[in-house]
Amino acid sequence: MITIESVSKKYGRRTVVDDISFTAHAGRVTGFLGPNGAGKSTSMRMMVGLSRPTSGTVTISGHQFADLPNPGREVGVMLDASAQHAGRTGREILAIAQHMMGLPDRRVDEMLELVSLSEADSTRKVGSYSLGMRQRLGIAVALIGAPSVLILDEPANGLDPAGIRWMRDLLRVFADDGGTVLLSSHLLHEIEIVADDIVMIGSGRILAQGTKTELLRAAGTVVGARDVTALDRALQESGLATTPTPNGALRTDADPAVVGLVAREYGLALTELRAADGGLEEMFLQLTAHSEAERTAA
Amino acid sequence: MTAIALHPVRERRPGAHQVPLLRVIRVELRKMFDTRSGFWLMASIAIAAVLTTVAMILFAPAEQLTYYAFAKAIGFPMTVILPMIAVLSITGEWSQRTGLTTFTLVPHRNRVILAKVIASVTVGVASMLFALAIGVLGNLVGPAITGTDRVWNVSFGHGVSIVLGSLISLLTGTVLGLLFRSSPVALVAYFVYSLLIPTVFGLLAANQEWFRDLHPWVDLNAAQAPLFDGSVTGNQWAHVGVTVAAWVLLPALAGLGLVKKSEMK
Repeated sequence: MITIESVSKKYGRRTVVDDISFTAHAGRVTGFLGPNGAGKSTSMRMMVGLSRPTSGTVTISGHQFADLPNPGREVGVMLDASAQHAGRTGREILAIAQHMMGLPDRRVDEMLELVSLSEADSTRKVGSYSLGMRQRLGIAVALIGAPSVLILDEPANGLDPAGIRWMRDLLRVFADDGGTVLLSSHLLHEIEIVADDIVMIGSGRILAQGTKTELLRAAGTVVGARDVTALDRALQESGLATTPTPNGALRTDADPAVVGLVAREYGLALTELRAADGGLEEMFLQLTAHSEAERTAA
Repeated sequence: MTAIALHPVRERRPGAHQVPLLRVIRVELRKMFDTRSGFWLMASIAIAAVLTTVAMILFAPAEQLTYYAFAKAIGFPMTVILPMIAVLSITGEWSQRTGLTTFTLVPHRNRVILAKVIASVTVGVASMLFALAIGVLGNLVGPAITGTDRVWNVSFGHGVSIVLGSLISLLTGTVLGLLFRSSPVALVAYFVYSLLIPTVFGLLAANQEWFRDLHPWVDLNAAQAPLFDGSVTGNQWAHVGVTVAAWVLLPALAGLGLVKKSEMK
């Protein structure tokens, strides 16, 4: 479990992280979502003791990171897969981590197999690795100590669709096994696939947080029927306000379950009934549009 | 690649122990050798020692082939290479950004730095012993070729003070690494430290009466010289103590402060 309490980070007068609080729970994958420059990486650096918060505290399973006796065996960290000496081989980088944590030699081979780096790949210098291979190696370094907490900054960067799927499965198993996963991304779609809980951050502040289902439900329901006019009337009569969607369906703030009941009541055949995914996406788009505008202005 | 493969990974274990310093030292030593550049830097010590010895035998006048001459000639490239090794051991963490991993695996930077200093000093002592041993070989072979008498004019104490002198040079490398945390800047700074500053002090001492007596108290290089020549007087030890405190210890403390504050990005 990672607990972040009222953490702020200021560089001179510039506030990069502004009073954020959230908890990444064991057994769940928490997605840390925000556009580039929102303060995700700074927050993660503070979690692992690479940067000191101006105020607030971060604890991992109840301890400050620096108080963990052998941190690599508690927390697997990947902040930047490219932050490696380009002249070392992948195997050597794993071996350094293995020795530092005091692990048996076999762990290196186990990890290489886990992330599908072949024998030939592992003896090449990381300078010649693709970004995707570096990400795999970074994940291997994070996992080698068999930690119970994972902190990964943009782990899906550079992975192909198959790689993203692999990562999703890996994190799923890790969390189902009782582990805590915190991963960041600037892509909503990536977070949506992997995360159970979402913390959305923009300009250093938390804008939304909750379970994925909660955040998505907050956007309401999209419902379509063969006879949309009849459906609209039925919903209005039941006291549910509607707005038409561009695809000829309707959108309402009510739960999908409620909408389904109304449709049965009126004997209407539905063609579509789902939680609208607009809320989070809408918010995220506004956020990115806003920061894009700031960047263009600057 | 399969998710199932993850299971053997997450084994529970009894209470973990703090990473022992000896382990950190061993890892830091390994990191000094495990890249091509690191390996060749280390190899250059051996290569330089052998080349200097051969050059001595070939080109030095026969009557000058004494053990001290060998030791001194071989020791010179060491005072250039060893500080570079010490610099790169520190600055690599920032220049190559490996500190992101190192300082999360050992979240106490002074422990990592201590381990690096011990690793560098170990390499330094080993290199100097190697250099002195090659010198012995040179002094056995050289006079045999030239037909002159072998002169063993380096006492044990002198040998120790030569090693000490080289370690001071090595530690200046460490200090500059801590202060600048960037490989090119720290290497340039080392040459300023070891070439430019002593030259300026030397000129001052030669031309300014008032500075002449002060010189060995402020110039680390000048204070170090008797260590290599042997027979260090009490006064000269005092010069060494004062200049090392001013040029090595104090900047080291400042550098350590900077290292602990520095943001890893």
